Amino acid sequence: MSREERPEQERGASGPLDGPRGKRLSRREAFRLAGAAGTGLALGAGGMGVAARGSRAEEASPDAEAVPFYGAHQAGIATPSQHRLHFTAFDVVTEDRDELRDLLREWSEAAALMCAGEPVGDVGGAGFSPYLPPDDTGEAIGHPASRLTITFGFGPTLFERDGEDRFGLAARRPKALAPIPPMPGDALRPELSGGDLCVQACADDPQVAFHAVRNLARIGRGVVEMRWSQMGFGRTSSTSRQQETGRNLFGFKDGTNNLKAEDERAMDRNVWVGLSEGPGWMEGGTYLVSRRIRMLIEVWDRSSLDDQEKTFGRHKVSGAPIGREGEFDAVDLEAEGEDGEPLVPENSHVRLGAEGGESILRRSYSYTDGIDRERGQLDAGLFFVCFQRDPGRQFVPMQRRMAENDALNEYISHTGSAVFALPPGAREGGYVGEGLFAGA
Amino acid sequence: MRSPVLEKFVLGVGAVLAVAVVAGCGQTAPQGSGGEAGETAAETTAETTAETTAATEVGSTPELEAASESYGEYVVDETEDLVDATDRFTGAVISGDVERAKRLYAPTRVHWERIEPVAASLGDLDPKIDAREGDVPEEEWGGFHRIEQALWEENTTEGQEEYARVLMADVEALRTEVEGLDLEPSDPVVGSIELLNEVSAGKITGEEERYSHTDLYSIAANIEGSEAAFRSLEPAVEGEDPELVQEIDDRFADLYATLEPYRDGDGWVPYTELDERERRELSQSVDALAEPLSRVGQVLQA
Repeated sequence: MSREERPEQERGASGPLDGPRGKRLSRREAFRLAGAAGTGLALGAGGMGVAARGSRAEEASPDAEAVPFYGAHQAGIATPSQHRLHFTAFDVVTEDRDELRDLLREWSEAAALMCAGEPVGDVGGAGFSPYLPPDDTGEAIGHPASRLTITFGFGPTLFERDGEDRFGLAARRPKALAPIPPMPGDALRPELSGGDLCVQACADDPQVAFHAVRNLARIGRGVVEMRWSQMGFGRTSSTSRQQETGRNLFGFKDGTNNLKAEDERAMDRNVWVGLSEGPGWMEGGTYLVSRRIRMLIEVWDRSSLDDQEKTFGRHKVSGAPIGREGEFDAVDLEAEGEDGEPLVPENSHVRLGAEGGESILRRSYSYTDGIDRERGQLDAGLFFVCFQRDPGRQFVPMQRRMAENDALNEYISHTGSAVFALPPGAREGGYVGEGLFAGA
Repeated sequence: MRSPVLEKFVLGVGAVLAVAVVAGCGQTAPQGSGGEAGETAAETTAETTAETTAATEVGSTPELEAASESYGEYVVDETEDLVDATDRFTGAVISGDVERAKRLYAPTRVHWERIEPVAASLGDLDPKIDAREGDVPEEEWGGFHRIEQALWEENTTEGQEEYARVLMADVEALRTEVEGLDLEPSDPVVGSIELLNEVSAGKITGEEERYSHTDLYSIAANIEGSEAAFRSLEPAVEGEDPELVQEIDDRFADLYATLEPYRDGDGWVPYTELDERERRELSQSVDALAEPLSRVGQVLQA
C-alpha cells in the first residue's frame, strides 16, 4: 500500500512534523518551518501553564508546572530553584559560524518545547517509520514539565581561543567574561573545567532534566561535543522567599543570605547586566560562575560539632549565626564571646562571605559522582553555581578571601571551574544568543 | 561478533523477513553476557516483529530498486574478495608461515567488516567466523579471532590448522548464502548505520582486535562499508533531501580526515598508538556522521 492510499490517521503520527506534502520533516526542517511561520512553537508563554506531555489535570502539582522558556531574562536564574540539575559544558567543533548560529536557534526551539512539557518531535508512536529513529528520545513521555528550565551560556573560548578569533566574535566579547584567575588551593582538573557553551537544565524530576540535555546534545552532534557534565540534587540555595534554605552535604544550611528573586532592585543591582556596562547584546543577561567543590566528607564527619559550627560561623541545626537564635538573624561580626574572641570566628565561612559586601545569586546543588577510587571515599560535594553582573568584582574577590583564609578549606577542594556569559532571554520566534550574531 | 542488543537491526530479506531470520536462525546471546541480554534481545525481537509487521511494505521506486541492486553487487564482490583472501590467509596458517599469516590477517578481515551486517544475518555463520573469546563457549570458539590469539599471543600457527580449514569452509558457505540473497532497499539503509554502530559500540574500545591491535583496519572497513551502502542510496536521497546528502558527504569527509594521520603504508598503525584523546576524537567523528545518516531511512517512506 502506498502512502497515498493509507488512511490519514495511519501515517505520520504527529501532524506538526508533517510537511505540506505529508512528508516527514527532520527536526531541523520542522524548526525552520515553525520559525518561519512564527506560530507553531508559541508554547510556554504567558504565565505558568500545566505541562502538556501526557499529563492529566489531576496529576498537576506545583512541581509539575511548566516554566515559560521565552521572556526578558532566561529562565533558570531567578526561577525558584528546582530539585535537580543537569549541567553540561560543550566545545564547539565546527569552524562554520553559520552552523553555530543555526544550532543555537535549534536549541532554543527544542528547549521551548521541552520546557512546555512537549517532546522535541515525533516520539515514534503508531505510524512512525520503522526505518527512522524517533525525533525525540522518549524517556520523558508521561512525565510532566516538572518546572524544567534550560539556560544557555557562552564561555570565553567561544570568542577567542589561543589567540584565534574562531567565529569573528572576538570584538563582541564582553569585558566581564574573563577566565576566573587561579586561586590559592585550586586543584582544578581541565576535563572538568571551561567550555565554549553551557547548558544548565534544572527540573523537579531528574529524568526530565536528563532528557533535556540528552536531546540537546543529540541535536548538536557534529557541531558541538560534550566536554564535561555534572548532575546535581538537593538544591542547596533558596533563590526565593517561598523556599526554605536547603542544606549542603556538610549538613549546614547554605545560602541563608542569598539574594532573593523577589527583590527586583537587588537583582538589577547585582545580577542583571544593565545597558551602561555593555555590550548591548548582554543587556538583561548575567554571568554564571560554576565551581565543582569536592567535599572531604569522611574528614568532616570526624570533626566535632563545635569545630563544624566554628568553621561555618553558624549553628548546625537552626542555621542561626553563632550566638543568635534564628536562621535569619543578622550576622553580627562585632559580637565577642566571654573570652574576648569574636563569636563568629575570623576565618569562618560566613564572616569571609559577608566581609566584602559583594552580593551574588547562588544557585548550587549537591553532587555525587560515586566513589573516589584513589581514596575509596565518597566523591561528593557542592556544584556551586552563582550569577552576577561582573564576576571580576563579585565572585572573584569573594572567592579570593575565602581561598586564602576560610576554615572550610581544610575540608574542601575546588576541582572544576567555569565562567559563562548568559545572554538575555529570547522572544517567541527568536532564540537565545540572537543578539550576539545580529549585525556582526 | 555482533552485540545481541543490536541484533534487532539485523538485515535480511525485507523488513519483516529480517526479523524472522534473526528469530529463526538460532543466534543466541553470547554465554558471557548472561541470560538477561538474551532475553532482552528476544523481547526486542518480538516487539520489533509486531511493529514491523504492522508497518507497511516499502513502496518501491526505480531509485530504490537500483539501490538494493547495486548494494547487492557490492556485497557479492566483497564476499568474493573475502573468499580469495581467506584462502591465502588460511593457507599461510596451515603451512605454518606465522609472519605471512600475521601480515594477511587484517587485510583479509577488511572484506568481512565491510559487509558485516549482511554477512552476520545469514545462517549462523557470524559466531563461527567472527566470535571473540567469551562470546561463545570455549569448546565452540573458532574463526578469525581464535587464530588471531594464537598468532599474536603465542606467535604460532601450531594447532590452528583445523580452525583454518573450518574458517575457510564457513566463508565458502557464506558465499553460497550471499549468492541466493535478494536484498531490499531497507538493507543498505540499516546497513549503513549498523556499520557505524559497530564502530561506536565495539571497536572504539579496542576490544575487537584485542591481540593483534589491528582495530583500525576493522574500523576503516566498517566506515567504507557504511559509505558503500549510503552511496547506493544516494540517488534516492538526493531526490528527497539534497541537504542531507551534503551533510552526510561533509561528515564522511571529516571522518576520513580524522583517520588519515593513522595510515601506515597500505594499512594502519596499531590501535594501541592512539591515546585516549585520539580515540575520543574518532568516536565523536563517528557519532557526528551517524546522526544525519540515521535520517536516510526517510527515503523508504516515499
